Amino acid sequence: MIAADIQVVLPELVLSVFAMAALMGAVYTIKDRAAPLLVWTTSGVMVLVALWIAIAGPQGSAFEGSFTSDGFSVFAKVMILMSGAAILLMSEGYMARHGILKFEYPVLITLASVGMMVMVSAGDLIVLYMGLELQSLALYVVAALRRDSIKSTEAGLKYFVLGALSSGLLLYGASLTYGYTGTTSFAGIIEATEGGVSTGLLFGLVFLLAGFAFKVSAAPFHMWTPDVYEGSPTPVTAFFATAPKVAAMGLFARVVHDAFGGVVGDWQQIVALLSVLSMFLGAIAAIGQRNIKRLMAYSSIAHMGFALMGLAAGTVLGVQAMLIYMAIYVTMNIGTFAFIMSMEKDGRVVTDIDALQMYSKREPLKALAMLVLLFSLAGVPPMVGFFGKLYVLRAAYDAGLGWLAVAGVLASVIGAFYYLRIVYYMYFGEERDALDPGMSPVLWGFLMASAAVMVVGIVNLFGIEPAAAAAAASLVN
Amino acid sequence: METIILFAPLAGALICGFGWKILGETAAQWVATGLLFLAAFLSWIVFLGHDGVTDQITILRWIESGTLATDWSIRLDRLTAIMLIVITTVSALVHLYSFGYMAHDDNFREGESYRPRFFAYLSFFTFAMLMLVTSDNLIQMFFGWEGVGVASYLLIGFYYRKPSANAAAIKAFVVNRVGDFGFALGIFAIYFLVDSVKFDDIFAAAPTLAETQITFLWREWNAANLIGVLLFIGAMGKSAQLILHTWLPDAMEGPTPVSALIHAATMVTAGVFLVCRMSPIYEFAPEASQFIVFLGASTAFFAATVGLVQNDIKRVIAYSTCSQLGYMFVAAGVGVYSVAMFHLFTHAFFKAMLFLGAGSVIHGMHHEQDMRNYGGLRHKLPYTFWAMMIGTLAITGVGIPLLYLGFPVGFAGFVSKDAIIESAYAAHNGYAFWLLVVAALFTSFYSWRLMFLTFYGKPRGDHHTHEHAHESPMTMLAPLGVLALGAILAGMIWYKPFFGDSEKVAKFFGIPEAVAMAEESHGEEPAADEAHSGEEAAGDHGEDHHFAFGGDPGDGAIYIGPDNHVLDEAHSVPIWVKLAPFISMLLGFGTAYQMYIRRPDWPAKLAQNQRPLYEFLLNKWYFDEIYDFLFVRPARGIGMFLWKRGDQGTIDGGINGIALGIIPFLTRLAGRAQTGYMFTYVFWMVVGIAAVLTWVSITGGTN
Repeated sequence: MIAADIQVVLPELVLSVFAMAALMGAVYTIKDRAAPLLVWTTSGVMVLVALWIAIAGPQGSAFEGSFTSDGFSVFAKVMILMSGAAILLMSEGYMARHGILKFEYPVLITLASVGMMVMVSAGDLIVLYMGLELQSLALYVVAALRRDSIKSTEAGLKYFVLGALSSGLLLYGASLTYGYTGTTSFAGIIEATEGGVSTGLLFGLVFLLAGFAFKVSAAPFHMWTPDVYEGSPTPVTAFFATAPKVAAMGLFARVVHDAFGGVVGDWQQIVALLSVLSMFLGAIAAIGQRNIKRLMAYSSIAHMGFALMGLAAGTVLGVQAMLIYMAIYVTMNIGTFAFIMSMEKDGRVVTDIDALQMYSKREPLKALAMLVLLFSLAGVPPMVGFFGKLYVLRAAYDAGLGWLAVAGVLASVIGAFYYLRIVYYMYFGEERDALDPGMSPVLWGFLMASAAVMVVGIVNLFGIEPAAAAAAASLVN
Repeated sequence: METIILFAPLAGALICGFGWKILGETAAQWVATGLLFLAAFLSWIVFLGHDGVTDQITILRWIESGTLATDWSIRLDRLTAIMLIVITTVSALVHLYSFGYMAHDDNFREGESYRPRFFAYLSFFTFAMLMLVTSDNLIQMFFGWEGVGVASYLLIGFYYRKPSANAAAIKAFVVNRVGDFGFALGIFAIYFLVDSVKFDDIFAAAPTLAETQITFLWREWNAANLIGVLLFIGAMGKSAQLILHTWLPDAMEGPTPVSALIHAATMVTAGVFLVCRMSPIYEFAPEASQFIVFLGASTAFFAATVGLVQNDIKRVIAYSTCSQLGYMFVAAGVGVYSVAMFHLFTHAFFKAMLFLGAGSVIHGMHHEQDMRNYGGLRHKLPYTFWAMMIGTLAITGVGIPLLYLGFPVGFAGFVSKDAIIESAYAAHNGYAFWLLVVAALFTSFYSWRLMFLTFYGKPRGDHHTHEHAHESPMTMLAPLGVLALGAILAGMIWYKPFFGDSEKVAKFFGIPEAVAMAEESHGEEPAADEAHSGEEAAGDHGEDHHFAFGGDPGDGAIYIGPDNHVLDEAHSVPIWVKLAPFISMLLGFGTAYQMYIRRPDWPAKLAQNQRPLYEFLLNKWYFDEIYDFLFVRPARGIGMFLWKRGDQGTIDGGINGIALGIIPFLTRLAGRAQTGYMFTYVFWMVVGIAAVLTWVSITGGTN
């Protein structure tokens, strides 16, 4: 019995054991000097585990249905691990230069990843909360990694306090749900809601969704995002913008479909509302930002709005669109943050977008790569980013949410402004003091690869479409 | 061979248009011209060797979409053969002529290359026109139809630095759009009803169409009549018939060779060709045919009246073309399609010659086009003078009436125009008959007026220009000579197969004769000895026997219904009818002689006395002014409104207002909400959740 259950959670176990071993090993030996090696090993292990899950990962459910490993979780886990590994690789140089390359960093990232994997596999409210907290606690710490910086500690503290509040909301929702259904397992909840939901359960659902919305930084639960993005070290910001978003979206989809899949109409309106608010708030508020990290924070809020639009459709196509959107979003963000990490002047980090004025003159190739990425983020055809938007718009429209699709298009028009403004600065701005030339090969590689994907991907999106379709089909039934 | 005819001009256009930088200007021009002469030569072989039997030559499969299956193929029958020689001959001669005419042009700057472009356009036009006439289905025809439209647009606006030329090009294109809309609707109607756009299928379905009703524009129509009228609207646009004629005079802004080729001999006759091609439909659409007769006759009359007072030499000929096209439509409308083609054929020769002659005058007079500044040019331009004289004799219809040597004796126009007027009478259409006779009088008057003003009298206008007036080079005179031959002889040679003898007409156009209807003279062995029975029929047609055309629609190049005897009856009209056009020609000549040779002061006095009438004619019946008021101004008004109020005011203003006012305001709000204090953030989260809770409490979920 227990052996079969262990079999299913083996990838998570392997990673956990690796994290603990790494922690112990480093603590008792060379401590921070082990960090570079540890970063590379960790990302190697994460890639290996991702490949293992993708190719021959265990399938099925364990611990009486409280942990499910299916096509959907496989898709999400691969995305989480791959983006986590990529961010780790990118961060090594940056962290080393700024003296914050501590050996705890890869360990914490690994533990956060384990938490995320549990989140997307959760089949029970308790397991869900466990995964969520494992992830969150690890992230609170990495946000405050630069202990001597006021901004970084502020970011960590804000994230922690607000995260605690959201966890409270979530728990309150979970207990209401338990109270009205008498069970914490998703399978039990979906049975209990067959005849519709009572108002009490509806309140529970709302609180649950509020908790998730905080994690995906959907408006109006987004307020922490700009501050945390700005205050955290850039590699951590990059990590926040990628893997945890995927995990939170995965969890969101998991709960609304696995536990509340019978009452789509009840949560559809709420998700649609969150989506609209996020898209517009992200687009409008980003216009006022001169700090590129804050700008990317609002950008990710807007993007989460679009991903939620797919989810709001409440259909297989909607989940598929959401997964495709997230995959594209993560790829774009890896490239963009690789660039942001390289923005330095005289060895000091620069985040003001004014520093990019006439960047194309000095670095035509990098400017071109950024142009592609920014166009893609804005959703300009024929970049891949456009197709991500196209999928969610279609899903929403097909599900009868035409108004939502129209709102999405309008929001993306507004949002295009701040992406294009950066392009404008790079190509038509005024001459300013130059940024430091050069870029570490790893960052350069990720930037170029990501930009190339945005262009080449239009051929067949690298085949993620059928994979996402299969993943979506395994979730919604 | 047919394929070579069709594609030689295209090859010429491509080589000349794109290859002249490699080949050199002159070589490129010669390539285009040479290929056209080749096409013309082959066309004559095809025409003379054609046996009247319809032949289809498939080039490639073209469109395959549902039930719409269309080959690109050449339909070679008599109609096509006639059009082939008309197009390629005139085109080849115009190419040659252009060497001289386009040699120097003040509209282009020194060293600018415009000649290869001109030749390429001419060749392209020829290709499109051949596409039109060789088509085997309506789609292919529409392709050619639009192709000639484009070529016409490009060539009218060839002097692109002249605003008036650009305006004329746009006008021609837009007015043709109106006609093409009707044509396209006609094609749609045919496809809707017949489920095919192939001529064979359409012709076969013609009798059925005559009994079909179709709802269009909120009322029931007879399908054949509706299709007939719609197709004719297309023809009206292309052939500059009344209502849609306004573009043709303006099209004279193009170089004169273009006017000769496109706006006299070929493209403008496409409408007549279309009606003749669709003869199986029109034979079953009496009301549509009546409409054609009415409009054709009105156009012939209207254009002739306007031609009386125009002063620009090319405009006079343009109105003359418009008028002659009206004649052709009358013939087609009364059911004598062969006669329409006959006049089309002869007209191509003498009208092209008149235009080229006028071009020669203009060339010699340094691009002076106002006839009031000509005079006494016959000594300076002797060859041109004689060419123009032959053209005038042909168009006014000079011949020896009532003399019949197996064919009437006279210039080409005499034979074919009289045939039309007699047919109109035979069809019992008094309106058409009288208008055509009066139009013939006017035709004679304005043609002789042109001659007298240009070549006789004292030199007027700029003294200097007259001193330097010179005869044109050989490249320009040679085409005039060839066309002169046609203008003199074409009518007499081809009188019988087009009009004179029903039997020959039937054979010429490949129409089987009706077995049952023609019992008396040759009922026994119908197909065996056509030649014999033909002679018999020629001898005794008239009184009580009619030669009856037989076959099903689509069997021959044209279809003439069993009840249509206009062709035969036209030979037995009273003598006064046969004399009427000749007399009106003499009257016109006499008046012109009196007014421009004997008393040159009369025209001015007359214009003074009859001021309103003169102004009315000079301003072309105020058609342009009326259209300007009815269509151009309102359209412009709507455009201005949508632009200023709609686009700039509402849309741009709205977008600017949102983008520059509302969005930045919201951005500031969002920025202000982001205070940096945690309690604010918590506050907003709580507000959010409270709002959502309230909302779901009120709506209570959807289930």
